[in-house]
Amino acid sequence: MAHPSTEQVWEWLEAVPDPEIPVLTLTDLGIIRNVDWEGDTCVVTVTPTYSGCPATSIINLDIETALRDRGLTKIELRNQLDPAWTTDWMSEKGREKLEKYGIAPPQPAGGPERCPHCGSPNVEKLSQFGSTPCKAQWRCKDCLEPFEYFKCI
Amino acid sequence: MAEVDNKALFEFLVRMGDNTLILGHRVSEWCGHAPILEEDIALANTALDLLGQTKMWLDYAGKVQGEGKTADDLAFLRDAWDLRNVLLVELPNGDFGQTLMRQFLFDAWHSIILGHLLKSSDDDVRAIAQKASKEVAYHLERSADTVVGLGDGTPESHKRMQAALDYLWPYVGEMFETDDIDRAMAAAGVAPEPSGLKADFDALTGRVLADATLTIPEGKFAHKGGRNGYMHTEHLGHLLCEMQWLQRAYPGCEW
Repeated sequence: MAHPSTEQVWEWLEAVPDPEIPVLTLTDLGIIRNVDWEGDTCVVTVTPTYSGCPATSIINLDIETALRDRGLTKIELRNQLDPAWTTDWMSEKGREKLEKYGIAPPQPAGGPERCPHCGSPNVEKLSQFGSTPCKAQWRCKDCLEPFEYFKCI
Repeated sequence: MAEVDNKALFEFLVRMGDNTLILGHRVSEWCGHAPILEEDIALANTALDLLGQTKMWLDYAGKVQGEGKTADDLAFLRDAWDLRNVLLVELPNGDFGQTLMRQFLFDAWHSIILGHLLKSSDDDVRAIAQKASKEVAYHLERSADTVVGLGDGTPESHKRMQAALDYLWPYVGEMFETDDIDRAMAAAGVAPEPSGLKADFDALTGRVLADATLTIPEGKFAHKGGRNGYMHTEHLGHLLCEMQWLQRAYPGCEW
């Protein structure tokens, strides 16, 4: 039996939201590393963002559910650690969506470029950690709003 | 390069995994009790990273052991005498300063050994180190900053940080102890000999503790016996009582 193309599977995965930051999809995050067919089994290779992130097992479940809903029956999820996930793999579209959502996107400089609410570059760090392993807490010194920054790793 | 002996490799892996398991549990005890919300969140995040790393180390250890054990089996069904963590990580949290000093001393060693493991001859060890080293670099940045902030802070915070350092320093030496297992790992190119990491550790801690205006104790005595399983402190049994309670009371329980 002919199976859907890998491009088709990628397209389906593009619609699966991240469980913690639903404005991003799994492909925006860059954690899906490969999609391939091995015989009649669809193999999806996924890399975790942070090793202890509780979203990882939910993400695997969501991938499986999404593909089953499209009629795939033989699905294998592979966990890949090396090379380790980096925020460089986040899509440009994903960065824009994050900022609109109120989370400053990751920057190589190690801190947010500007406040996601008012756009001011006058910001300061409150804490290195935030509500999920991938974020830190910052605040804007102009509009005085606190905001989350997606850590650059 | 020497052949890898699976028994020695297993021992090495549980030493790595038990360090992160026990410290991860200790740090998680702060959840809901830290002095301010930001610190509470930071401690919980650090504990979470350490538990994630534990899963990677112990899953691989179970695979190498070849008895079909998972990371959960190794974490929740071994008793104190089978754990191979260094004594430093099982010590009680004490006050916030003591917790952060312990974290800093461990992070300093951890970041240095993970740097070496990035070049391990073992593919799985290298992959785990890749993942863990990014997280640990972040832990070290925070614990070093906090040690400096509190050490070079008020007279009260300085006094407490010096007391924490005096109490914890005799537990540092065990991290650099080298035995037959370490020599086997070094010969096979899997991991460096711990004794060779001491110079980098001394340079790093020396710099941070000087910035923190703290004095490193002079004594050379080192408490040992955790990583070789000779004898843990009395604190480990109490920790396991709480950590393993559910699996002991309801064996095989899942949800």
